[in-house]
Order: sequence, then C-alpha cells, then structure tokens
Amino acid sequence: MRAIYMIFRREFAAYLRSIMGWIVVGVALLAMGITFQAFGYKSALASEMLQQFFWSSSGVVMIISVILSFRVIAEERQSGSLMLLSTSPVREHAIVIGKFLATLAFLTLILVLSAYIPLLIKGQGKITGTQIFVGYLGLWLLGGACLAVGVFASSLTREMVIAAVVAAIIVGGMVLLYKLSLVLDPPLRAVFAELDLWWIHFQNGFMRGIFNLKDLVYYLAMIYFFLLLAVKTLEAKRWQ
Amino acid sequence: MIQVSNLTKYYGGKRALGPVSFEIDKGETVGFLGLNGAGKTTALRILACDLRPTAGAVSVGGIDALANPHEVRRRIGFLPETPPLYPEMTVQAFLGFVCDLREVASSDKKAKIGNALALTDLTLVAGEPIGTLSHGYRQRVGVAQAIVHRPQLVILDEPTRGFDPRQIVEMRKLIHELKDKHTVLLSSHQLAEVSQTCDRLLVLGRGQVVGAGTEAELGALQEPMFSVELTVRVPDGKDGGAAAVLAALGGIDGLLGKSVPTERGDGWELLISSKRDVRAEVSRAVIGAGLDLLRLDARAVDLENTFLRLVAAAPAAAPAPAPKE
Repeated sequence: MRAIYMIFRREFAAYLRSIMGWIVVGVALLAMGITFQAFGYKSALASEMLQQFFWSSSGVVMIISVILSFRVIAEERQSGSLMLLSTSPVREHAIVIGKFLATLAFLTLILVLSAYIPLLIKGQGKITGTQIFVGYLGLWLLGGACLAVGVFASSLTREMVIAAVVAAIIVGGMVLLYKLSLVLDPPLRAVFAELDLWWIHFQNGFMRGIFNLKDLVYYLAMIYFFLLLAVKTLEAKRWQ
Repeated sequence: MIQVSNLTKYYGGKRALGPVSFEIDKGETVGFLGLNGAGKTTALRILACDLRPTAGAVSVGGIDALANPHEVRRRIGFLPETPPLYPEMTVQAFLGFVCDLREVASSDKKAKIGNALALTDLTLVAGEPIGTLSHGYRQRVGVAQAIVHRPQLVILDEPTRGFDPRQIVEMRKLIHELKDKHTVLLSSHQLAEVSQTCDRLLVLGRGQVVGAGTEAELGALQEPMFSVELTVRVPDGKDGGAAAVLAALGGIDGLLGKSVPTERGDGWELLISSKRDVRAEVSRAVIGAGLDLLRLDARAVDLENTFLRLVAAAPAAAPAPAPKE
C-alpha cells in the first residue's frame, strides 16, 4: 500500500505541477460547456437537460481519459525514469495501481470542477441530487475504464503515439460493440451488447439517473481486467 | 558479495553477453572496461535485476538473483546510462521519493538525504527543480539516487558520460569516497577513469571477460611488454638498403614486420615488441653492422595497449543455442 501511495502522490503532483495538466483541465471544462450548449441547453425539461449534459460529457470524458493515461508508463520508459522503478523493490501492481489512481484523481478533479453545470440546471427545474450523483458516478466509472485502457496501452510500448492510438482503438472499438451486436444472432448478440462500454451501461443506466448493480460491476470488471493486463505486461517486460 | 557463473544473455538470436564468470568481494571497487557493444551495460543491468539472463547464475550478497530478484533490488543502487530522473521534482523531493521506494525508514530519511546531498555536492541546489540543472548536476543527482539508501552494492553505468574534464575529476573523487562504504561496480570505455578509480578491472570484449585483475596484473599478462621504435640509416657507400637493416637486427627478439622508409627518405623505420627492454641490444647490433642509428624510442606497454590487445583477441560471438526439444 505504501508503494502505491508513493507512486500515486508523485504522479498526481506531476499533473498538478505541469502546465499541460492544467491545459487538459481547461480544455475538458471548455469542451463540456460547449457540447452542453450545443446539445442540451435547449431541452425543455431540467431532467432531459441533465441527461443531455451527461450524454455530451461522456464523450469528453472518454477522450480526456485516454489523453491523461496513454503516457503514464510509455513516457517513463522513453525518458529512462522507469528504470528507477524497475530496479527498486516495488511490485508491478503498485506501479500500475499508483499511476491509475493518480490519473483517476485528476479526472475526478475535472469532474468536480464541471459540477457547476448540473447545479445550474438544478436551479432551473426539478431534479434531485441523486440524479446528479448517479450521473457523475457513471461518468467517473466510464472514465475509470478508459483510464485503465490507457494505462494498459501505455504499458505496451515506449512510443507514446502508438500507446495513444492503441488506447483510442480499444475504447472506440468497445463503444461500437453494441452496434456490432445488432447484426449478430443470439447468444453472441447479448454477449457483445453487454460488453459494450457506453450504450448499455452508461446511456441506458447512469445517464438517466438509474443505478444498476450490473453496470457498476461491469465497469469495475473492465478496470480490473485492463489493469491486470497492464501488470502482466510490465512483469513480462521488466524481468525478461 | 557477487558471484556470477556462466552468465549469458541473448537478444533474439544475437549474443550480447557471455558466458562470463567472475566474483567480486565486499568493499571492492571493480571497473567493467570494454568498447561500445562489449556487453558492459547488459552485465550491469542483469546485476541490477533489470534484465533476466538467458542462462547462468547470479548471486548478490548470498541471494540468488534469479530466484529472488526483489530481495536483490533491496540491496542495490543503480545509475543507468541515462539517469532516471523526474525533471519537475526538486532534488530534495526526488531523493525523498527514492528513499520511499527503497523502503528507508521515515526516521532515517532526512539524515540519509542530507548525507547523499553532501557526498554528491548537491546541497546548494537541493531546492532546485531537476529540469533546471546542468548535465553535470543531473548526473550527480543520478549518483545520489543510487546511494541515498546506502545500499550494499552501487552499480554505476558510465558515470562520467558526457562530462567535461573538471567534472570527470570530481566524479572520480566521489567514487573514491563511495569506496569506503559500498561495493562499487562501474563501467566505462575511458581507460583513465577506470584505472584511477577501481581496485580491479574486468575487461569485456564481444560479450566475454577477456581479462581480469589490477592494471599491473593485466599488463603483466601481455607479452611483449616493451615497444621499441627505431630509425636506421644505411651509410653512403654501403650496399643492401632495407635488407641490410633487417639483416643487422635479425637476431633481435620481437622484430615486427618489415622496415619502412622514412618520410624524408633518409633511413628505415622499424618496430620491435619484446618482453625485455632490448634498447642496448638493438643499438649494439645496428652500430656493429656499420649502420647509423638515427632514433631509438622505447616505452612500456600501458593499459591502453593492454586493453586493445585483450579486446582484439576476444572470440567472435557464437550463434544462439538451439531451443530445447
């Protein structure tokens, strides 16, 4: 736990100290505001407006999550600083979890700063705090899954561009699984639909303020799966 | 402290190292000497438990590095060719982070960071971000991170890489100071650096240890030990030219090759390499044959010559072993 905390602290502090980190925050908030203005602002009902906010923000969160995570290991491998971690008595899971938690904390900061939009909507009409909380929980879990994909892609290579492309392809592919499922026959249809990253678990659940335990389990399983892949990749590359 | 037996590393089908075997005692400072691509970095990365060898056994402080690399990592400090640094951190914060990684007790952290800063002469820049420091200072920070937790074994890969002469002298002094408290293993292709800082040398050539010992021991292994260069003139009226010169020196042990005419055409140059100092013998032979001795230079074979001869004698790399069925 100590090693996870040390790596988390260093990584998170690096985000806070870097200009690029704050540019990402600014761009994310701007994108959330612009997309909400474009797609959600004109809805008649506050609850619809809130759904539109979470709908448009989910796209921003997926993109920002890939941007935040694709470099976390690849950059260290490229600069040589990963050698410090790989020759220290630190386990691979501590490196992966520490870095993932740092990116998740930074994403959380972005989501917290974006909360003024739902609060403004709440002031306009009748929506509950639970609706807002469930929507944000969905964004947070969706972002967490994308961050885990990015960390895994980052563990594969020293080339950050390749890591970014791999992460984007995986996230994009998983968002399209639902569309793919529509052209398949049962039981593959159900399998592909349930594996979809966005349509089933976010759009039909969290985005509408509906909390399903299976959606929570799905996102946690995705995070676990991709972080496990990242740990195994690091293990294979560290002592080969 | 370190026992290495038949250590071998292949990258795909290409042999980078081995099989090599050597032992290093506690408190020794040993230099890995070799040309670029000789296998120095591969050997050090295996000892630092970053690379897993293809074959062979490595023991550090009595611990089998293959069976328990994590325990070995607790006992080492490693400076790779490129210092592993985080530019956004201050020197002090970075060393604190390294202490945490290396499991230094919180109560000891401050003292150990202070010692490392003092030893590497970084105290004045302790509060500066690493990214703002010069190359020399960054290299020092790299050394500081390798020693801050006071490991049993310090491994430094090319510690003076990219240094100017003043920085090289300072780094040499620093390594001398490390010798009191640590077993130090360093690599370099700079002969002066290794010969002046290390108790013992391991010369690597084409992935194999081609020489081991102190500078004097390595020099003694090589024969001949003396190199004599001379210029001889055939006086006017005497026949024979180069043949006369070679005939005069025919009895001298270690005459290399043929005589070549001097640039000015006033004589013949020759090279003799012998394990004895043959200057007197050569001068008597030349004058006794009625020839003129224009020049006679002799020098003991130095580490540079020894090194080059050892490396040149290294066997070519073997192909990768066939996979076991």
